[in-house]
Amino acid sequence: MDLPTFAVQCLNAVQYGLLLFLVASGLTLIFGIMGVINLAHGSFYMLGAYLAFTLAPAFGQNFILMLVVGTLLAALFGYLLEWAFFSYLYQRDHLQQVLMTWALILVFEELRSMLVGNDVHGVQAPDWLSGSIQLGSLMSYPVYRLFASAACIVIGLALWAVVNRTRLGMMIRAGASNRDMVRGLGIHITALYRIVFAGGVALAALAGMIAAPMSSVYPGMGGHVLIICFVVVVIGGIGSISGALIAALLVGFVDTFGKVFFAELSGIGVYLLMAVVLVWRPQGLKGAA
Amino acid sequence: MSAAQRINRWLPLLAALALAALPAVLSPYLQELVLRIMTLAVFALSLELLVGTTGLVSLGHAAFYGIGAYATVLLSPADAPAPLLPLLAGAMGAAALYALAVGLLSLRTQGVYFIMVTLAFAQMAYFVFHDTKLGGGTDGIYLNVRPVLALGSAVLLDTDNKLQRYALGWAALVATYGVLALLQRSRFGHALAGIRENEQRMRAAGFATLAYKLAAFVIAGALAGLAGFLTATKDGFVNPEMLSWHESGAVLLVIILGGLGHLRGAVIGAVSFVLLKEALSTPALVGPLADRWQLTLGLTIIVAVALLPKGLIGLFKRGGQA
Repeated sequence: MDLPTFAVQCLNAVQYGLLLFLVASGLTLIFGIMGVINLAHGSFYMLGAYLAFTLAPAFGQNFILMLVVGTLLAALFGYLLEWAFFSYLYQRDHLQQVLMTWALILVFEELRSMLVGNDVHGVQAPDWLSGSIQLGSLMSYPVYRLFASAACIVIGLALWAVVNRTRLGMMIRAGASNRDMVRGLGIHITALYRIVFAGGVALAALAGMIAAPMSSVYPGMGGHVLIICFVVVVIGGIGSISGALIAALLVGFVDTFGKVFFAELSGIGVYLLMAVVLVWRPQGLKGAA
Repeated sequence: MSAAQRINRWLPLLAALALAALPAVLSPYLQELVLRIMTLAVFALSLELLVGTTGLVSLGHAAFYGIGAYATVLLSPADAPAPLLPLLAGAMGAAALYALAVGLLSLRTQGVYFIMVTLAFAQMAYFVFHDTKLGGGTDGIYLNVRPVLALGSAVLLDTDNKLQRYALGWAALVATYGVLALLQRSRFGHALAGIRENEQRMRAAGFATLAYKLAAFVIAGALAGLAGFLTATKDGFVNPEMLSWHESGAVLLVIILGGLGHLRGAVIGAVSFVLLKEALSTPALVGPLADRWQLTLGLTIIVAVALLPKGLIGLFKRGGQA
């Protein structure tokens, strides 16, 4: 493998890893703070992709504005969904949560089919992001992928700032490390849950919107992302955002280079990685023992 | 013992006899439907041993089901019927072997992590069949000739015949139910129940809990392989989707819907799940909503889980003990 190819693959790995991080960070927070195993989280990624498909023609070149509007819509949707459905799950055991969110996937998929049909769609990147950059004499790299990585980094930094530098972030961190204690300290847990859930939905949908111009928009696209993100969350340690970041990048590299070197068995790579990590550290890389 | 209790005790036997008599009155279509229910019931019972009896929640049980099905097809010769018993042993053995490997690695983890690790190992198996040529890739493979049970030159059971296939499914369900019922009454079964209630106390009492859990995991894997064998001979076709996490989720749903902690709960769950899915996708019953069966099924499940935390069997229990 020559250097330009290697560089391109590294860029792909980072870009994929960062995108996974956006989805997984919401999943790990909902998991860690609210104790809900949300199998329907992949549906929010799908929601984002279809939002991009629906909104893109209306916004034209204002791609960033579209991302902002879509994220707000997704957050609102998450807020309402927590109020109407997920708030009833907290008292139930994990098994029932698994079932009810599994059933929710069926509902979302069918609603998607009723609203936008079952066709595979593409989303056009705006003109100002559609070119590509020359790398060496033979390779080129699409500008949009660089934009996707940059956007993920900006969002990741914003997330870091919120979690580590604000009062809300303090409550989130406290909630992730000891849920019952936070409740005992008189923090308004209902509001905290609702905000965290809306944030998680917004992050997943944002990832879906960013991914839409790179991959096509198709039925069932949430399922694959969901499972990979569970792998990320488990490798990183439940409830840990920094763990999710490390794990997401690891998964990105293993998946990308697995496809290069072992095309046939590339699907297995990330699960093998997870098995190795769990045998070595059953609580995940950054999980509390 | 009251009359109701006496009936209750013999209910599984009565149900087995009724199932044996059913083909006499059923149309071929309904007979196929009942066979599908019986196959799912075997699969659900195998998971019940893990989740309901031992308290190990696996979200990767479809892997063993799928491996059993793939082994059935891959071990069958292309142009002649395979001998049934060795083929069955091969299918269950392959599933048990994978369960042994997965169990050794995953039983170190607990709770939510165990759910996820079993899911990950199931996904590994899924991708082996999905991405490689081993089992025909995404298209799956066909079972060219269905297996037969022969003694010398006399054919005792030919699974190419619909009625005999039904008989095989019936025998598998009765055997699985019987074995698990005996197992639950044995010392081994009591130890598993103890592990579910309080593993530390069992360890303190001198039980090698890991070995017990591993044994339960392997038995459950082998029985799921049996269900896979039944499905492969029934459909004459296998594809990677049999190992997918949707399938694992569906079978978990079946046992929770039926009611955890009871063998008959798994069977009730299988009956209601198949019938519910069938009813919700039949235009004659639900009209234009039939095309949207996923929506109605999803909503029904949500409502059912919300209203019946103990599963369907909870309905009968309340009435039966009054």
